[in-house]
This record gives sequence, C-alpha cells and structure tokens, in this order.
Amino acid sequence: MDNLLSIIIFIPAVAAVIMALFLRGDDLAAQTNAKWLALLATIATLLVSLFLLAGFDPANTGMQFVEEYPWIAGLTYKLGVDGISILFVMLTTFLMPITILSTWSVSTRVKEYMIAFLLLESLMLGVFCALDLVLFYLFFEAGLIPMFLIIGIWGGANRIYAAFKFFLYTFLGSVLMLVAMIAMYFAAGTTDIPTLMAFEFASEPMVVLGMTITGGLQTLLFLAFFASFAVKMPMWPVHTWLPDAHVQAPTAGSVILAAVMLKMGGYGFLRFSLPMFPVGSYVMTDLVFWMSAIAIVYTSLVALAQSDMKKLIAYSSVAHMGYVTMGIFAANQQGVDGAMFQMISHGFISGAMFLCVGVIYDRMHTREIDAYGGLVNRMPAYALVFMFFTMANVGLPGTSGFVGEFLVLIGIFQVNTLIAAIATTGVILSAAYGLWLYRRVAMGALVKEALAGIQDMSRRERAIFAPLILMTLLLGVYPALVTDIIGPSVAQLVTDYHAALPEMADAATH
Amino acid sequence: MTGVDFPILLPEILLAVYAMAALMFGVYGGKDKLAATITWATAGLFVALALLVALRNGEGALAFGGMFVDDAFARFAKVVILLSAAGVLVMSQDYMARRDLGRFEYPILVTLCTIGMMVMVSSGDLMVLYMGLELQSLALYVMAALRRDSVKSTEAGLKYFVLGALSSGLLLYGASLVYGFAGTTLFAGIASTLTEGHAPLGLLIGLVFLLSGMAFKISAAPFHMWTPDVYEGAPTPVTAFLATAPKVAAMALIARVVHDAFGGIPGDWSQVLAALAVVSMFLGAVAAIGQKDIKRLMAYSSIAHMGYALVGLAAATPQGVQAMLIYMAIYVTMNLGTFAFILSLEKDGRPVTTITSLNQFAKSEPLKALAMLVLLFSLAGVPPMLGFFGKFYVLKAAVDAGMVWLALAGAVASVIGAFYYLRIVYFMYFGAEQDPVESRMSVPQWLMMVGVAAVMVLGVVNMFGIEPLALTAAEALLG
Repeated sequence: MDNLLSIIIFIPAVAAVIMALFLRGDDLAAQTNAKWLALLATIATLLVSLFLLAGFDPANTGMQFVEEYPWIAGLTYKLGVDGISILFVMLTTFLMPITILSTWSVSTRVKEYMIAFLLLESLMLGVFCALDLVLFYLFFEAGLIPMFLIIGIWGGANRIYAAFKFFLYTFLGSVLMLVAMIAMYFAAGTTDIPTLMAFEFASEPMVVLGMTITGGLQTLLFLAFFASFAVKMPMWPVHTWLPDAHVQAPTAGSVILAAVMLKMGGYGFLRFSLPMFPVGSYVMTDLVFWMSAIAIVYTSLVALAQSDMKKLIAYSSVAHMGYVTMGIFAANQQGVDGAMFQMISHGFISGAMFLCVGVIYDRMHTREIDAYGGLVNRMPAYALVFMFFTMANVGLPGTSGFVGEFLVLIGIFQVNTLIAAIATTGVILSAAYGLWLYRRVAMGALVKEALAGIQDMSRRERAIFAPLILMTLLLGVYPALVTDIIGPSVAQLVTDYHAALPEMADAATH
Repeated sequence: MTGVDFPILLPEILLAVYAMAALMFGVYGGKDKLAATITWATAGLFVALALLVALRNGEGALAFGGMFVDDAFARFAKVVILLSAAGVLVMSQDYMARRDLGRFEYPILVTLCTIGMMVMVSSGDLMVLYMGLELQSLALYVMAALRRDSVKSTEAGLKYFVLGALSSGLLLYGASLVYGFAGTTLFAGIASTLTEGHAPLGLLIGLVFLLSGMAFKISAAPFHMWTPDVYEGAPTPVTAFLATAPKVAAMALIARVVHDAFGGIPGDWSQVLAALAVVSMFLGAVAAIGQKDIKRLMAYSSIAHMGYALVGLAAATPQGVQAMLIYMAIYVTMNLGTFAFILSLEKDGRPVTTITSLNQFAKSEPLKALAMLVLLFSLAGVPPMLGFFGKFYVLKAAVDAGMVWLALAGAVASVIGAFYYLRIVYFMYFGAEQDPVESRMSVPQWLMMVGVAAVMVLGVVNMFGIEPLALTAAEALLG
C-alpha cells in the first residue's frame, strides 16, 4: 500500500465531510448516527494504522512509507514516518475511539462536535507524518481551529477566555516558527524535512544589536522554534494557558489536549530542534534544563495547592512534560528514549486521569475536590481505576509512568547531576499531590449528602478504561514494546547530534 | 491606426457598444423598471467576454503602434476583472431592488468602469493608461454617490472624487516628467532610454509620482485615507465592487508600468513598492483592530491585502508577478464571498453593518456562520485555507528575491491581522445573547458565499490549476 499514511490521515476527515453533508437534523436519531459514524471512523483509522505498525521496520532509521507528490506553490506533499513519529501516530489513532466513546453523553450540537474531533484527528496525524516544512506548519496551525471551537463552544463557564488564551498563546509561538521557516528556506533552499535534517545551518557567532550570539543562525532558529514548541509543550513559564484550557475544555477536549496535542511540542524538538540546529540546541541546553527543573518542582507545588481536579492534573501534566524536555536535551540514548517513553505513557495516563475526572463530573457537575470524599464506598470500581491511574501518574514501578521517568533521570544524571537531583524531588512531590488528591476524593467515609446516590461506572465507562489500563500495565512491565521501535531511530538521532557538534562542545557533554 | 488593430480590441469595443446601447435602451425603454434586466444581461455579457478573452491564445499582440497590449498578462487580469464584476452584479441585484436603489444606470456604470479597467491592464502608453484610469475612476465616483439622498453616500462620493482628482494630478505630473525626460510616452520607448540600468533623476522623480498616483488607486498606505470612509459611505454593493475588480486592475497596472516601462531599473522601484507594502501591511493590520463597522473593517483589511500583493511585485521577478496575480485572484474571490454575507445582513428590513450585531449569529444560522468562519480564517491567512497559500506565495517570492526582511515583516503583520478577523468569529460564535441579526440571502448571494467558502477549502488540493496560468501571464509581462 503506497498511500497508507494518506489513507490513515484522511479517513477521519472524509468521515467528517460525509457527516457534514449527509447527516441532517438534530434529533436523537441524528445524534446517535453522528456518534456511531465518528466511532466507526476512528476505529477504522486505528485498524488501518495497525497495518502501518505491522509493516514498520524498526531497524531502518530512515523515513518509511514515504509518499511524495508535487503540490501547489512549489511545495511537495510529502509524508513519512520513522521510529520517532510512528508511535505518536499510533497513540493518536489508539486514543481517538476512546475519546469519542467518552463523549457519548454530549447532547448539544453533537454533529458539529464529532466533526470537530474527526478533523482534529486528521490534522494531528498530519503533524506527525508531514515531511515538508510547510505541510507540517499547515497541519500544526490548522489543528488550532477545531480545538479553539471545541473549547469555545462546548467548554465550561469561562470557556471564551480560555479559548482565546489558548489560541493567542499558540498562534504567537507559531508565528516565530513561521519566520524561522522562511529563514531556513532562504538558507537551505528547500522545505524538505529530511534534506533539512542533513543540512548544516551556519553556526558561526553572529552579532545582533551589539550582542554576540554563540551558535549564530542556529541559535536564532532554535529559539524561534523553541518559542512555538515550548508553548505547545508547555514549558514553564509559558504554561499558563494550559490549566485554563484544560479546566474549561470538555472532558474529551482535555484528553486530546493532554494526550496528543502536548506531544507535538516534544515531537517538534526531536524532529526539528536537535537534528537541524544541533549547535543551537547545545548552546541552549542549560536553559532548557533549568526551565524543565523549575517546571517539575514549581508546578508540582502549584498542583498541591489546587482545589479543582482538572487544574491539578493540568499542572501535573506540565511537571511531567518537564521530564520530557529534560530527557530530550540530555541528548543520550537513555534520555531521549525516556522522553519518548514518557510522552507515550503520559498519553495514556493523563488521558485516563482526565477521563476519571469526567466520570464524576458527569454525575455531579463539579470538579471541586472538596465536593467529593469517600467515593470508594459507592463506587468501588471507579475507586480502583482512579487508584491505578493515580499510581501510574506518580510513577509506581510496574506502570509505564515509572519507566519514562526513570530512563530520563538516568539520562540526565550522566549529563548534569545537579539537575538530576532537583528533578528527582519531583517524583516525591508528584506522589504527594497524587496521593493527597486520591485520599480527599475517594477515601474516608461518605458523608456528603449529594454523593449518597452516586452510581458506579457504567459498562461503557469500564470499556473506555480497559484498554488504557492494559496499555499502562503492558508498557510498565515490558517497555521493550516501545524502546525496540524507537531505539534505532533515537540512536541515529543521538549519534548525528553529537557528530554535528564541534569537537569542543562534544567533549564538554561527556 | 489600421483595421488590423481592431480585432485586438474586440472585447473592449463590444463592451463600449453594449454600454451605449444599454443606456439608450434604458432611457427610452422604461428606465428603472429595466434595472434587473440590464443587470442580468450585463453580468451575462461579462461572463461571455471573460470566456472570449480566456480562449484567446497565442503570442501577445500590439495595437496602435504599441499603445495597446494584449498579452497573457492582460488576459489573466481581464478574466479576473470581468468575472468579479459579474459576481458583484449578480449578488447585488437583490439588495439594490429591496433598498430602492434599483437604478438602470448602475450596471451601465459598472460596464463603463470595467472598460476602463480593461484598458488599464492593456495599456502600453502613459496616455492610454491615464485614459483607462480616468474612465474607471469617474464611473466609480458616481457609483459611490449612488444613494443620492444619503449624506454618507454623497460624502463618500465627494471625498473619493476630490482625493481621486488629487491622485490623478500626481499621476499626470509624474507622466509629464517622464515624458519630458524620456521624450516619449510609450512604455517601450521609456524602457529604451534606461541604458545600463541607469535612469536620469527627472525620470526617477516622475516614476515616484506615477507610483504615488497608482498607490492611491489600490489604497496602499500612506495613500489610503479615503478608503475607510468611502467603503463605509457607499452602498454595500458598490463597496463590494470597489474592493474587488478595481484593485486587480490597479495592481496589474502597477505591474505593467514598472516592468514594461521601468523594467531596466528594478532596484529603484522595488524599494518604493517594498516600503508601501510594509506600511500597508502593518497599518491595515493595526488600524482594523478598533473598527466597529464591518465595512470599515473590510477597508483596512483590503489595505493590508494590497500590502501583501505589493510584496510580490517588490520582488521584481516573474515569480513575484505570478505570486501577485495569484494573490489578487484569491483576494477577489474571498472578498466576493465576504461581501455576499455583508450584503445579506439586515434587521427589521434595514441593512446592518456593525460587528457587534453579529452576536450569536452561529446559533440562528449555523451554515452561514461556518462559511463565514472559513472566509475569515482564509482572509487572516490561517492554513489550510487558500488565503494562507496566497500569503505563502508572495512571501516565498520575496525570500527567493533575497528580500527576507520583507517576508519576515509580512509574517509578523499577518499575526497582528489575524486578531481582528478572529474577533468577528468571536462575536458570531461566543458573543453576548441578544436579538440575532437576520441574514436574508438571495440565491446568488447564498451560492456565492457558500461556493467561495468551499473554494477556499478545496483549493488546497491544486488551487484549481491557476498557478501555470499565472506563471504564463507573468512570463508574458517580463519576457
């Protein structure tokens, strides 16, 4: 199958178009049809993407399943996956059916809601597969529109503020990226990503406004891309849009935001920053380390003080993303492997955490931690699931959360012991806010009257969590499932990175 | 002057004869009762002529000793002009009839204006240029004041006339300087005096005056002052017309003058155009933010868009001209769709143009709101809409020509500009609850709006094959 990637990307989009054109009315039947169509489309995407996984050769570190066609404006429509991107594709296709299933209780503008999610899936998949700079930018930016609408239309009470904050933050970041892309095209004369990855951008020191910039053009380009990816990731101190967006977004929106959209930042670092601007990355490594370390400690502390469950999980996401950036810029096999692993695992865990909040929010329509307590008495199954994912979020050995954090910490320890020490405190802090959250929500006696009639999880809800629990456990006890696929590509990335650095810089890293 | 030259001018001659015949028919046949008939006939004729022009092929031909040029570039511009004029006529008919503006002179004025524009893009001589420009402008002045009993409309017409006359004066003064130093008004003759890429000072001053006069016509900053007032004051169909075809004509005219007459000194005019472009892009983006009236907002939006088209021209390469043509074609299409929407807005039977009146529009009219959302995102240049590719094309042309700073300025301005388009989306989808504005659309308006929105999305596949056509046109101009 030559066009496998295109097929995967466009199945959801085609389903969205069909839904928009042929599904009429807003009665119950139409709503049910919309939900089923969306579910079938996402499942179909998942099944087709399994062919991708089956046909993928991990030993080959180049691009696979490449498609290339001439396109408008002198651009090429070029897609492909390697060890770094394929798992993000799989993560997206795997989580989408679960997300759709979790929105079953939505009743306002159901058709439009499903269309937005399907388009979003297409665009997210496009981001991970695009091998042309402009095509990447196109998918990257266009993904903002459906998410903007999802938060703005189906979100909570303060949704408009959150939607605009989300849009402006990410849009401002990506404009700098666009500017850098123009400069890259000017310097290299192409927008082809594999060619750009092999291209050596100038790294001689440059004087801008009287300041000497070490690493020259590479550092400037790095910073421009960094602005975009750091916002997307999000890294401290540009993370403030995330808690707002998460709190206001509907549950499914939060899941997609946390589980997939945040990973675009990490993917960007691995696809662009390290391979294309190695010197720039090297010059900025310490900055990234400190930002990550602050993110881990500071946002964990902030999470401790939250009274809103979603906000707490959002801050915990920022902290976990701190490990990811740290691991990526450690630029050794363990660090990058760990960062990749952490992203995949966080996709399952944070998605599940938001779903957990969604379950009780659907029943009580509040996310205040104080409104709950003693849920274990009426909802044993829920308490078990919630317990499991809280532990995974904390990084309990045996769950996938542990593997990612541990690998990252090994990786960072080889490069910078001080940062490693600071980051390790994050493990304790995450246990603190995670367990405390769990105690306040689930344990103790059920004293609140409003909770007296609360129902345990329905069969649909259990079905949503089952695959997530399975994946979290599977990756926790057998991480080679992931590392075998990403390993060779990461090794190549790390080797290329160090080979591209001047000798002096290289010596300093080891 | 020989009979051989007349077939080359066939479309213009046909149109002129039609305009006079229609005028007679209108005056003696029943005046305003015939307004609808003449409007539809004119639109039909425009489309037929567009086909006629589009189907002409072969090398460029010169008429009247090189004063009139018919090449692929002129044809491309003419097709865009004719089709957009037809589009405006078709979608304004309903509005005109309901607002008591159904005068038979309107389509005839549009026809005269269109002849002027066709002459402009084909001009090979400063005299012909001026003739075309004035024919176009005079018709536009009258159209801006079409609603005679409205103070705003007459004010718009008068303001447009006075400032337009001033700009014509600048242009004429420049033309006379050029004539004085080059000894000819023929573009080819002017080009032959520029030996070794060097021009006498007088010629340069003349060039700057010419460019200023033409910059007024495309409302590039700092010659934009008239635009918001005229856009706001003129009846909406006239605004729609102002925002589309004349912009293409004037932009093509600038391309024609700088490349045909001053092609030997690209460095000298390129910097002027680049400066105009930067000022327009930023002024258009910043000044639109505070606007409360959607027509005024569209005025600033068009100023910004002209800035982007000028970026393409400033590159002074065939790719730059191609980018400009593509940009203008996309711009015109987007504006037709947007104005179809603006035309349809009303409350209690009266037209409404305030932006806040769109509050919660998406609730009552989801499809129209969605189409408008697509159009606005396209105007803002958010991928994957076609508007993004228009911007991408001109910025890429600038980068290829080594003007990276210009491309960077364009990228930054596009973000600032995105804000005010987003603001309209905000009102439509999330605005405060209130009496929703009504949107009463005739079938052509609906088709125009939804069709254009579909084009903006589907164009991402291959831009409907417009690229090679624009490239042929650009090469014809520079070849």
